[in-house]
Amino acid sequence: MSILIAIEPVNGTLNKGSFELTSYAKMLATKTGQEVNALVLGSSNNTSQLGKYGADKVYTIENANLDVFDSQVYATVIAEAAGKLGCSTVLVRHTANGKAILGRLAVKLKADSVSGVNSVPDTQAGFTVTKSVYSGKAIATFALSTENKVLSLMGNAVQPQELGTDVTPQVLDITVPSPRLTLVNRQTDTGHVPLPEAEKVVSAGRGMKGPENWGIVEDLATALGATTACSRPVADTGWRPHHEHVGQTGVAIRPNLYIAIGISGAIQHLAGVNNSKTIVVINKDPEAPFFKAADYGVLGDLFEVVPKLTEAIKRFKEKA
Amino acid sequence: MKLLVCISKTPDTTSKISFTNGGKDFNAEGIQYIMNPYDEWYALVRAIELKEKHGGTVTAINVGDASNEIVIRKALAIGADDAIRVDVNPANALQTADEIAAHAAGYDIIFTGKETIDYNGSEVGAMLAEMLDLPYISYINKLEVEGDVKTLSREIEGGIETVSVSGPLVVSAAKGLAEQRIPNMQGIMMSKRKPLTVVASASGLKGSEVTLHQMPPAKSGVKMIDANDMDALVKLLHEEAKVI
Repeated sequence: MSILIAIEPVNGTLNKGSFELTSYAKMLATKTGQEVNALVLGSSNNTSQLGKYGADKVYTIENANLDVFDSQVYATVIAEAAGKLGCSTVLVRHTANGKAILGRLAVKLKADSVSGVNSVPDTQAGFTVTKSVYSGKAIATFALSTENKVLSLMGNAVQPQELGTDVTPQVLDITVPSPRLTLVNRQTDTGHVPLPEAEKVVSAGRGMKGPENWGIVEDLATALGATTACSRPVADTGWRPHHEHVGQTGVAIRPNLYIAIGISGAIQHLAGVNNSKTIVVINKDPEAPFFKAADYGVLGDLFEVVPKLTEAIKRFKEKA
Repeated sequence: MKLLVCISKTPDTTSKISFTNGGKDFNAEGIQYIMNPYDEWYALVRAIELKEKHGGTVTAINVGDASNEIVIRKALAIGADDAIRVDVNPANALQTADEIAAHAAGYDIIFTGKETIDYNGSEVGAMLAEMLDLPYISYINKLEVEGDVKTLSREIEGGIETVSVSGPLVVSAAKGLAEQRIPNMQGIMMSKRKPLTVVASASGLKGSEVTLHQMPPAKSGVKMIDANDMDALVKLLHEEAKVI
């Protein structure tokens, strides 16, 4: 039995997350001696690259019924493909859409499921896999005992690796049911990396004193190629939009670099960001609890430190 | 309109987490429990707002033992009309969804929170929708109802999507859908008299099992950088952390 990965193009292209999932599947397949089948739901301009990142076979389905995301339609198609291609393990990405598919697949395939896994499963004795729980405060190991298994992979948990060569996609003939949802509109924003997928995040809090001061945060984010975020009080007072709020009750993120500016580091905030690989804290209060969770700390007035950091980044980029 | 809100009990956001029995079980000692914030602040409150606008009833459902009644009473105090508790401690999302599905027929909208803050799974809503053969729209931050048509918005990778659907459905609620409501004294008094039905477990599903909990590796300690030497920080981020 093989592995099936469900790949969803975003605005007509496959992004890094899709290649992460492909390499992850290949790492698992190498352990178990399985084959990786990639199923691409929709059209994209770089489908053949999936082979390079580890897919053994690539199948595509293009159908107008996939234009609106209806989790029921997607799950039906994926489950049918799994049956057709002889796949007992199905992997999806842990995105808004992937999470909506995962639970349905678990029920459809009578499969044990784990959402948001962050490591390659251990298959030496049975099948176990880890994920971060309690908002990053602990790591849990899950055992799956059914023949079929479904997992969703947390973004940025593995890096895409070149594990193969380009594969020519084949069209898979599957009936796509009609969606029960109607698309009203979709605003696409291709220039902006959404927070859950961002590799670099610059975030600011009440230390900014007011929304009119955010220019220095945006300048730093631009210099770094980072996405901007904020703490909860800042979103709640309307200084910044709600979708920028990272923390326990906002968005949970796991970038490679998280720069926290004028954020004290309340436990609820840390819960949403403590999976970041590297944390930099800029604060004028030496007692700010965030320093305890940081890798690098700068004690100083953010209105002086942040522009200096932006200039230093620019100098670094010019040299590189 | 008949509205069902699935509520879960979770450790308070500020809880210090630890485990017993060699890492297998959660250590509940000294833990304050709350209603899962996504269930309470967004799912429950939006359901109550829709009832206030269009009429109908809001039922809260919880799967768990009698100790969960503290969060069920809170849901009633905030404004749910009645509640169901399925008397079993579920081991995973599959069991939870299966128990709820047995009591979820006949509702117009079934609400869940986008995830619980303990296992961060985000699975119950999708499983429930599949078991009930209903549409499922996750991570909604807007929900309007007009007649039989529901219009919903959600944040997706690379944008925002608005969809509409007729007939019953399951949703998961994210920030923006509603604003937190604090129960008032009248609500708290009334909550004690509102009906809470306790039903027995009806599920035979097993699902995945947690075998071990570990604490994440501790940070090695913060390295302080001179505020006047940001070139030093950039150098460390490049050479040591390798993130730029």
